[in-house]
Amino acid sequence: MKKIEAMIKPFKLDEVREALVAIGVSGMTATEVKGFGRQKGHKETYRGAEYKIEFIPKVKIDLVVPDSLAEKAIQTILAKSATGSIGDGKIFVSTVSEAIRIRTGETGEAAL
Amino acid sequence: MKRLTVFFTLFLFSLLFFNAIGRAQELVAPSAESVPAVTPSEQEAAPPAEAVPAPTEMSAAPDSSALDGIMVAADTVWVLMTAFLVFFMNAGFALVESGFCRSKNTINILSKNFIVFAISSISFWVIGWGLMFGDGNSFVGTQGLWFLGGDDNSPLKGDAYKGVYSSIAWAGVPLLAKFFFQLVFAGTAATIVSGAVAERIKYISFIAFSFVLVGIIYPIIGHWIWGGGWLAKLGMWDFAGSTVVHSVGGWAALAGVLVLGARIGKYSDGKVNAIPGHNMSTATLGALILWLGWFGFNPGSTMAAAAGDISRIVVTTNSAAAAGLLFATATSWIVLGKPDLGMSINGLLAGLVGITAPCAFVSVTSSVIIGAIAGVIVVFAVLGFDSLRIDDPVGALSVHLVCGLWGTIAVGLFSQDAMIPKTTGNGLLFGGGFDLLKHQLMGIVAVGAFTFLISYTAWFIIKMVLGLRVSPEEEISGLDASEHGQSAYPDFPTSTISTSRGGGA
Repeated sequence: MKKIEAMIKPFKLDEVREALVAIGVSGMTATEVKGFGRQKGHKETYRGAEYKIEFIPKVKIDLVVPDSLAEKAIQTILAKSATGSIGDGKIFVSTVSEAIRIRTGETGEAAL
Repeated sequence: MKRLTVFFTLFLFSLLFFNAIGRAQELVAPSAESVPAVTPSEQEAAPPAEAVPAPTEMSAAPDSSALDGIMVAADTVWVLMTAFLVFFMNAGFALVESGFCRSKNTINILSKNFIVFAISSISFWVIGWGLMFGDGNSFVGTQGLWFLGGDDNSPLKGDAYKGVYSSIAWAGVPLLAKFFFQLVFAGTAATIVSGAVAERIKYISFIAFSFVLVGIIYPIIGHWIWGGGWLAKLGMWDFAGSTVVHSVGGWAALAGVLVLGARIGKYSDGKVNAIPGHNMSTATLGALILWLGWFGFNPGSTMAAAAGDISRIVVTTNSAAAAGLLFATATSWIVLGKPDLGMSINGLLAGLVGITAPCAFVSVTSSVIIGAIAGVIVVFAVLGFDSLRIDDPVGALSVHLVCGLWGTIAVGLFSQDAMIPKTTGNGLLFGGGFDLLKHQLMGIVAVGAFTFLISYTAWFIIKMVLGLRVSPEEEISGLDASEHGQSAYPDFPTSTISTSRGGGA
């Protein structure tokens, strides 16, 4: 099983979610995060005092998928979340050693 | 020890309260159903001053008592309705201040604005009213001091008045209506302070100071200008309170801010750091509530349903407000590069504060100019206080103190005798020479010196006895947690990254 973490632009979330569900992903978790990479922050002012926004709001989705679905899921995320401009985000893939469904106790890919 | 002090203070006040109930039996306030012959013609109410004769003539007119009863009723309804509007300004202040500050301090700021009116209600009743409007000497009232207990036969006025609150006998409404109206003004002065000291003051210290401000400091100044005291005799004019309410609140706030110090993180390495407010929606709603409330504050100060005057005052008030808002927005746009909403809000309030003293005495055109200048001044004042490292989270000093002074000066410049004859006379720009302006300036200096010094002393004593500022840890974790043990937004995800801005790209 692979865990796919993707930091994407928040307005892309619905598109990505729909597409992932369409290819058979059974669930995911979304968190609101702040981050930066090559996309630098920007300046704002408040009552005459300038301040820099270093961290930009993003959405992080976590999904754990069977190995067989991993590559397709990654391609789907790439296709739907890219805009071509700096700040599109990143995907990290890691291996998951165990998964358990709490309600039934199922383990492994059956838990996904 | 702290809890003991709080309990003792509450116990003391309950003692006074029950004492007052007993003494209330002695209150003499006969409700005069028939008012003796006073001219039934439109009563152009003049602001109180012993030196100036009442503008209405005391000629007897036949069948006037029925009409006078109606006049008293109309005036009373007017006074109370406008007082309700001013009362509601407390909500405006609560929303503006909490919106301009961080979410972790919201409960504390709301609490301060909420409790301060209760404090004002009690302390102004206990002693404040008496010091302000009681007959006495040039500096303070000495009669009818306690619990509104002096002799008084309001709504009778003029020669028919018999009582110890002569300085406000010109208002032909019942004593309690006068009291309530003046109370909401006192409450406004107290709530001004809460914004400047926000986000780092101890709740109990603010409570203690508010009792002193409304019970003693504000009434003494009020006595000088509205209570027949020496500034009124000198010829200083302040129609609705640019000096009495706004500058007094401002000076008291300035003293507090200086004793308190700046918020942690506001100034560092020679830089002014932005600490953005957490809710500009409530700030804007609050600003609009204040705008509405000012339609009680200024026109209500006629304390009479004088159709011509109140109509004119409504328009001068609104015009100054609009000009202040526009010019502050423009100034902020030009000087800072963008139209900052916080500056616009301050600009609105600056215009309103600036017109508060002159509102009855100036033309609509003058009010536009006065508001415009206030709008420009306030932007630079906000920047100026920061450059002096005087931290004012909501701009209370810039709005109420600086523009309160401007409004007082504006009386000396823009007054026209034709507006309310035989009161201010003409200001400098209308051929009246320097006299009025001189009196206004003397008033500014006297009020400033007294208010600032006494306030500073009070803050200092409070600091010694109760402590003034929360600890650094408490300030960083937020006053809601440390002072109140509560969160204003328990369901909202708390952000650990302090500058949170919208925008997904």
